[in-house]
Amino acid sequence: MPTTNDEILKATVKRIYLDNAATTSLDPQVLEAMMPYMTTHFGNPSSIYSYGRESRLAIENARKTVAKILHANPAEIFFTSGGTESSNTAILSAVRDLGCKHIITSKIEHHATLHTVEYLLKNNEATVSYVTVLQDGQIDVAELEKSLAETKEKCLVTLLHANNEIGTLIDLNIVGNICKKYNAVFHSDTVQTIAHFNFDLRNTPVDFITGSGHKFHGPKGVGILYVNENIKIKPFVHGGSQERDMRAGTENLYGIVGFAKALEIATANFEKESAYILSLKMYMAEQLKNQINNISFNGDVFGKSLYTILSVNFPRTEKSEMLLFNLDINNICASGGSACTSGADIGSHVIAAINNNPDLVTVRFSFCKHNTTEEIDLVIEKLKGII
Amino acid sequence: MLKLPVYLDNNATTPMDPRVLETMIPYFTEHFGNAASRNHPFGWEAEEAVDYAREQVAKLIGADPKEIIFTSGATEGDNLGIKGVYEMYAQKGNHIITANTEHKAVLDTCKHIEKLGGEVTYLSVQEDGLIDLKELEAAIKPTTILVAIMYANNEIGVIQPVKEIAAIAKKHGVLFFSDATQAVGKIPVDVIQDGIDLMTFTGHKMYGPKGIGALYVRRKNPRVKVTAQMDGGGHERGMRSGTLNVPGIVGFGKACELCRLEMAQDTERISKLRDKLETALLKLDEAYVNGNREHRLPHVSNISFKYVEGEGLLMGFNKNIALSSGSACTSASLEPSYVLKALGLGDDLAHSSLRFGLSRFTTEEQIDFTVEQISTTVLKLREMSPLWEMFKEGIDMNNIEWAHH
Repeated sequence: MPTTNDEILKATVKRIYLDNAATTSLDPQVLEAMMPYMTTHFGNPSSIYSYGRESRLAIENARKTVAKILHANPAEIFFTSGGTESSNTAILSAVRDLGCKHIITSKIEHHATLHTVEYLLKNNEATVSYVTVLQDGQIDVAELEKSLAETKEKCLVTLLHANNEIGTLIDLNIVGNICKKYNAVFHSDTVQTIAHFNFDLRNTPVDFITGSGHKFHGPKGVGILYVNENIKIKPFVHGGSQERDMRAGTENLYGIVGFAKALEIATANFEKESAYILSLKMYMAEQLKNQINNISFNGDVFGKSLYTILSVNFPRTEKSEMLLFNLDINNICASGGSACTSGADIGSHVIAAINNNPDLVTVRFSFCKHNTTEEIDLVIEKLKGII
Repeated sequence: MLKLPVYLDNNATTPMDPRVLETMIPYFTEHFGNAASRNHPFGWEAEEAVDYAREQVAKLIGADPKEIIFTSGATEGDNLGIKGVYEMYAQKGNHIITANTEHKAVLDTCKHIEKLGGEVTYLSVQEDGLIDLKELEAAIKPTTILVAIMYANNEIGVIQPVKEIAAIAKKHGVLFFSDATQAVGKIPVDVIQDGIDLMTFTGHKMYGPKGIGALYVRRKNPRVKVTAQMDGGGHERGMRSGTLNVPGIVGFGKACELCRLEMAQDTERISKLRDKLETALLKLDEAYVNGNREHRLPHVSNISFKYVEGEGLLMGFNKNIALSSGSACTSASLEPSYVLKALGLGDDLAHSSLRFGLSRFTTEEQIDFTVEQISTTVLKLREMSPLWEMFKEGIDMNNIEWAHH
């Protein structure tokens, strides 16, 4: 056990963090951009004197930056406390303000979506159906179209852009155009893809998308909700005129500034960094296949998949049962599934939906630009010993 | 040398204490984990920090850490507390009692509940801003589920008789929710002694960060539950989902601890400065303090300067002093303060008010400067005011018939 501060520090430095889908480290440049708003520029953005005005300006500039990068209109960007609030707002308002009576979703959504949908069902505010998820994590698009065609009531379709556990990417244009054809509202949880995907919202048929700062080296406690300018919803949090009467509450000033800065940084070197991270993921997939027996992957790893996430199945043995525990002992940080559910021992609802095989142990590795091939080599070495 | 502008709008937001920021920094940098990650030390460190902060927050208000639900701020807390009770206790009834001087976060939430089919009674307040306890008790009926009365008002600083309100609510088996955003950290607040069932407060009004707040939800005598308003991963014991804002929570915890340890000395110093400011400004003719002066936050003073236009007054010195005429959340509007109107002030007095909110960082030099600036501006504006001239000539303004143009 490390005892002195130095030893603890050394142990910390040696840690390999492959859980970037859970949260990412804050970029020092982002912190630097936030600092003035945690010190001298502390005014309440609603105040009309100089302290307030400089805060207001910072927020509006952040909004413009975000809108520009996503190819949206600044009026379509609303700042929230995070992805969960954004998804809740989108889904509840689709039902309560836009008249959707039926929700089509899938069994592999994030809990922010699934639990909100279940709440609406329980409250008799909407009926729900789950579109079939194919083995690779894609949804059955033909079935989606058929259900939309058969449903007389107005529908909300809510689907993850990239699944947070297995990385499978759906095509927003294909799904969005089907939704459009049947006049359905389309919400996509894009928490894993904002800053990891080239969005062109002006030419993408979505009504709502969501984002969270801490998934791309930005701060926690801040997110966005994009609301297409053609739809009008009512506020979710009441009590002040912030966010153009849409989201009451004193703005998380430094968080908003940090969100925009992080998105800006991610966009600046997007091509290079995404290619690099993809190469890490592919390298790890190859090495696993070559060096460990009976490995399999979840999702469409070599096809339509987000470059940051690799979901690996190991054969269940006495040793692999303790896989995550042993990874941790070896200073390797990964997870069994979503962090939001990783406290529970009920297993992943995503893995259960795509391959209900009790003989497999699943680990999610998720990467960022700070990871290296050396780290992956080390992980493979350790894995060989653990398995 | 005095650094300008002087900031005296600490009811809108406070600067962060440098000690708070210092505590937060490691959780922005090396300890960046998701507090819900259970399989590695990044997650554990984050969770440990959240647990520690939860204790710091709980201790400030005499609660158990398990009774603290972290939110994104007081507005979300107000929404969660009131809507959450409305949904959870729908079987029992649908009637809520509040007051017309509450913060917009409470009033707008109540209006939303009315649209959902709920019934809300808005108590009016007395001239000094305090509610009438007899009126409160008379408003309770069998369908009443909640009394929502703020601890201290954000515009005039008046402290409501919280213990008495709690006793009345308890006597009738009604829950008591209090928006204590302005009170917590400034005056002793103890949920047990005060008998509060649900209470909301926020970091950025007590030298902590923005974007973080808490809702206190009582677990014993009675055990209170709220329906979650945000569903997801089941964080915060299922009452509030979403990845925890770890640095924000750590900063909030530290801010609570500092307030707990330094409240007595802060209050002693700040209240003296406030009194000095108030005494000096009241030397001006026709200047009145709004709200009860005895039951009042020690750092707040709301003063009306008759025959002076409030907005003009602000324009006169707002390059030098950051002040507002009322709540920041409504300061973009030119309407007079609804809180001051609720005290029975006419438009003239309501329009000519200034809200002073002092802080831990306010200095005597800043107060002296403020007194000088405001006195000069008031005198100058009055010199130019025909109304002031008429007043000086002894004309009774109420008997004038104004010609319409």
